[in-house]
Amino acid sequence: MLFGVRIPLCWRIWRHHPGWVWTRVLLTLVGLAWILVRGAEHVGYTWQWSRLWPYVLRTQDGLAPGPLLLGLAQTIQVSLWGLGGMALVAPSLAIMRLSASPVARAVSRVVLEAVRNTPLIVQIFFLYFVAAPILGIDRLATAVTALALFEGAYASEILRAGILAVPQGQWEAGRSLGLSSWHLWARIILPQAVRTVLPALVNQGVSLIKDSALVSTIAVYDLTMRAGAVVAETFLVFETWFFVAGMYLVLTGTLSWVASRMHGSSSLNPLPGGCHAPPCAPLAASCHGPFGFRRARPGAKHPG
Amino acid sequence: MVLLGFAAPGLAQNTLDEVVRRGVLRVGFDTFVPWAMKDKNGEYMGFEIDVARKLAEDMGVQVEFVPTKWSGIIPALLAGKFDIIIGGMGITPARNLKVNFSAPYEFSGMSIVANAQTAPRKTSIDAFNTPETVIAVKTGATSVAAVQKFMPKATMRMFDDEAQALQEVLTGRAHAMVASAPFPEHQAVRHKDRLYLPLAGQTFTREPIGFAVPKGDHDFLNFLNNWITIQQTQGWLEERYTYWFRTLDWQSRLQ
Repeated sequence: MLFGVRIPLCWRIWRHHPGWVWTRVLLTLVGLAWILVRGAEHVGYTWQWSRLWPYVLRTQDGLAPGPLLLGLAQTIQVSLWGLGGMALVAPSLAIMRLSASPVARAVSRVVLEAVRNTPLIVQIFFLYFVAAPILGIDRLATAVTALALFEGAYASEILRAGILAVPQGQWEAGRSLGLSSWHLWARIILPQAVRTVLPALVNQGVSLIKDSALVSTIAVYDLTMRAGAVVAETFLVFETWFFVAGMYLVLTGTLSWVASRMHGSSSLNPLPGGCHAPPCAPLAASCHGPFGFRRARPGAKHPG
Repeated sequence: MVLLGFAAPGLAQNTLDEVVRRGVLRVGFDTFVPWAMKDKNGEYMGFEIDVARKLAEDMGVQVEFVPTKWSGIIPALLAGKFDIIIGGMGITPARNLKVNFSAPYEFSGMSIVANAQTAPRKTSIDAFNTPETVIAVKTGATSVAAVQKFMPKATMRMFDDEAQALQEVLTGRAHAMVASAPFPEHQAVRHKDRLYLPLAGQTFTREPIGFAVPKGDHDFLNFLNNWITIQQTQGWLEERYTYWFRTLDWQSRLQ
């Protein structure tokens, strides 16, 4: 009876403790690992983890990164450049899609549909084997361009939803202050739009990191390519791919963690009285700063 | 991969009995001219296909072909998707730690094809062993090891399949491509104006090719080894090898 009372009490407290989330994650991972190990043993797979480590870290004549760590570095490089590219492509396409110019709208629509309706691997091949020789760009640049365009196109639609969710009053307030369309977008609209759709954008970033595995098809020596070579050489199939999956998990987990910190931070939250946080109307009114009361540009129409 | 463990229905350790009882030998392979490819009627043909058909015939069972991408062929074998890999798989000690190989039933070799504009008039492998040379290869093939061994100074670029590696040489971004004969020879004929054979059709390695089966089943391995000995003694393997690798008679079946 004593336990019958106490355990539920502890449980009620523990359930709301942040540690519980991580315990659940850990329990799930342990469960999955157990299923995998049992499943592989069931078909007669013998685990040889010790053969894998020389491919991660070379210890002969001094410490040096093995092929898998070198691949991880390349994947991080491609992903960071890709995320940067996505951060340029997404708002550009979204703003073009919402602009008053029929040409900009058409261009953005064509790019979006072309990118969204064809497989990424086909785009990578097209860029590498057809476009790159003409433009004279190398493999890494091709890979980053393909990733930035592909993920950027998806992200632009997410961002567009966020922009349309910004209340009308924000546009009107910004324009009544005479902000130029650049400042209206950069200081008022986009920060609020991004804040609304940040979880979806993070999803897209996670997709980018995982899709970066496809650049191995054009001989960029990323984690996946290196792992494929190790598997072919040693047939350490499960050992290698588990390690690789773990590495991708660490990368995407880091991105999610950074994003959740950003979401909670002040730079993306409306803080009363702070000029760094432009989103709400009273704030905009008190915060016109050096841009004064300039007339709104004729082109800055409200997206209908 | 989680499902993999459950998908395999309690794999019997004695594959030989299992195959005879089932009446079907399931063979894993990847398409690769002239080892295994599709003819104009969509049927599989090639050296490995002939070997697989003959093996099944001698076991008194039907053959079922399970085409599988090269990079996933080992997990598929271990998960019991097929009984044996008959796919020109090179025997290496590192691979042998994971799967069992039969005795070699043929030998293949690496040859090289080079771009006539960017790497002209080379006649030896040493001529390609320079830091500015770029060699294209297929990921996961034994050509990777061959390049590391014979051209350690050259830069290697790995692609998922032969077609992309070849494209890299045709566009001139790689100087040469290393692959199992006779692929480079065929390409040199097809692209006479752009490619040439530095070694005049000679291979620079010799690699044993064996059947791959999961570890732990020695009865099956014993059967395979003796089958190979019989076919070698009777000259059947040599005759089929000559047909597929030294003649182009089969090309009429392709188009």
